[in-house]
Amino acid sequence: MTRRVLAAGAAAILLLGACSGGGREEPGEDAATGYTIAFITHETPGDTFWDKVRSGAQQAAADQKVDLKYSNDPDAGRQAVLIQQAVDAKVQGIATTLVTPDALAGSVKAATAAGIPVVGLNAGIDQYKELGALMYFGSDETVAGTSLGERIAAAGAKHPLCVIHQTGSVALEARCAGVKSAVPGTENIQVNGADDAAVTSTLQAKLAQDKTIDYVVTLGAPIALDAIKAGGTAKLVTFDLNQETAQLIKDGKIEFAIDQQPYVQGYLAVTSLYLYLKNGNDIGGGRPVLTGPSFVDKSNIDTILPYTQKNTR
Amino acid sequence: MRPEVGALVAAAVIFVFFLAVAPAFRSADAFVTVLYQSSTIGIVAVAVGMLMIGGEFDLSAGVIVTSAGLVNSMFCWYFGINLWVGAILSLLFCLAVGFLNGYLVMRTGIPSFLITLGTFFVLQGANLGVTKLVTGSVSSTDVSRIDGFGSLGAIFASSFAIGPVVVWGTVVWWILFVAVATWILRRTRGGNWIYAVGGAADSARAVGVPVVRTKIGLFLAVSFLGWFVGMHNLYRFNTLQAGGGVGNEFLYIIAAVVGGTLLTGGFGNALGVAIGAFIFGMTSLGIVYAGWDPNWFRAFLGVMLLLAVLVNLYVRRLATREARA
Repeated sequence: MTRRVLAAGAAAILLLGACSGGGREEPGEDAATGYTIAFITHETPGDTFWDKVRSGAQQAAADQKVDLKYSNDPDAGRQAVLIQQAVDAKVQGIATTLVTPDALAGSVKAATAAGIPVVGLNAGIDQYKELGALMYFGSDETVAGTSLGERIAAAGAKHPLCVIHQTGSVALEARCAGVKSAVPGTENIQVNGADDAAVTSTLQAKLAQDKTIDYVVTLGAPIALDAIKAGGTAKLVTFDLNQETAQLIKDGKIEFAIDQQPYVQGYLAVTSLYLYLKNGNDIGGGRPVLTGPSFVDKSNIDTILPYTQKNTR
Repeated sequence: MRPEVGALVAAAVIFVFFLAVAPAFRSADAFVTVLYQSSTIGIVAVAVGMLMIGGEFDLSAGVIVTSAGLVNSMFCWYFGINLWVGAILSLLFCLAVGFLNGYLVMRTGIPSFLITLGTFFVLQGANLGVTKLVTGSVSSTDVSRIDGFGSLGAIFASSFAIGPVVVWGTVVWWILFVAVATWILRRTRGGNWIYAVGGAADSARAVGVPVVRTKIGLFLAVSFLGWFVGMHNLYRFNTLQAGGGVGNEFLYIIAAVVGGTLLTGGFGNALGVAIGAFIFGMTSLGIVYAGWDPNWFRAFLGVMLLLAVLVNLYVRRLATREARA
């Protein structure tokens, strides 16, 4: 009972927000398209990666004059509630990450049943269709891991160390599994991503324990910065990009980064909904649209570095 | 019976255990890495331990470390001024938070567990929100090119070589802070007050111990050492993730408890807490040195800590029995 009251209350609040956003479409008015799009992610607060997804989404909302409602919760159950709330608020479109497809299936079905178009982004490439999402923008973690693995294998990697900074993350495990499929000698290690000093000393210990480690693969840009401090002779490659890692690639301290272009994921998810609502468009021809893996290394860092400083790559 | 004896035995057992199973553990390099890891937990844990002896908790101790670094970094970056100004400002900020914690606990009589849980959430949210507002991202900007980085780095994040091994300055600071805390607890009137307010606050007040002043002082000590480690993190890693530090508050409490501090207050000492932090550092890295399946990391850690507490308890019982016999 209380739950229903809460949900109704939250829905009412969202509805109010929706109304104040732009109002009905009025001819001759250029201010807003009147579309309200809910953008829901499993962002854990404090990760630079999601900054970029979100700023991409916000840029698209500004360009397309869409009213964007951003919300996030790393907990699968609560993310499902956020989707349900968007459905209750009768938004025109929903963009959501599908990192835990089973937990989110009910809410996504409720959205499609209510006639609200849903697009997936960032995670859920294998499941988005059966959940009823129209399009998908993101990278395939396993493919990304495999491409990284193939590239370091070509450079002679025998025993890479894959650093998992969040316990129990399917996406991170998939990346390491991808690396391992290309380099069978890959070993995984768990570190506490919330504590820089702990990451550094754990890696230091690991590199001392096993001198045969020739590559360190970090799965997030901030972790790469900690890995550098651990020293050792192993080469460093990383997933994702930020300003500091971009600079380190330029300086030659990081071999390369593999970028899934989070800004593009956010931007395209919102834009695709806009085009679908406005024009009935379908992007990707019924297939997922891959935003990565895109390699960033010495050859293209000079072009990319300024964009990282603007927080768009 | 001294509180650290049980922890000492546990530490020795774990040390010998890892020496036996992990070949990579048997080197001076490994030992100083363990010491470094222990010191980053141990410095704050010293103050948290004293606070717990004084009968209070501080759950904001983990996040304030990150807050300290962020305040310093963002203030100086935004206004383009010398990092020393930000470091002092950050110290004042942390002490203000510590004072607020202590004042609210003493003034309202609400358990410190709840008050500091509140400040924990406030700081955690503010870290993210303010960082995003100031830098446009959720990590702080690189401070290494701002004036004052060299001198502050020398204080908070320097290292020196003893023969072939490189020792981090935090290890020396840690030993120093433990020594100071030991001196305060053993030799000064303030130390007696801390045990008194933790054991029986009402009786302590009745015999004239300044309970409010003592407890607020303890909260200030926690935020001071939190600030110190925050400075270390900032000047060693140059940028900080705004979401960092969460969860470390429990490591400090674990270190204190493993080191023989009573959860209910009134019993414990600084050396015990230091040994507790050392056990944590040794266990968390020993698993890596042993090369065990990393997926089991937390499980190993939990078992090790449980064992440490049990050995601790066993030794204490044994000692009290001998004392009676």
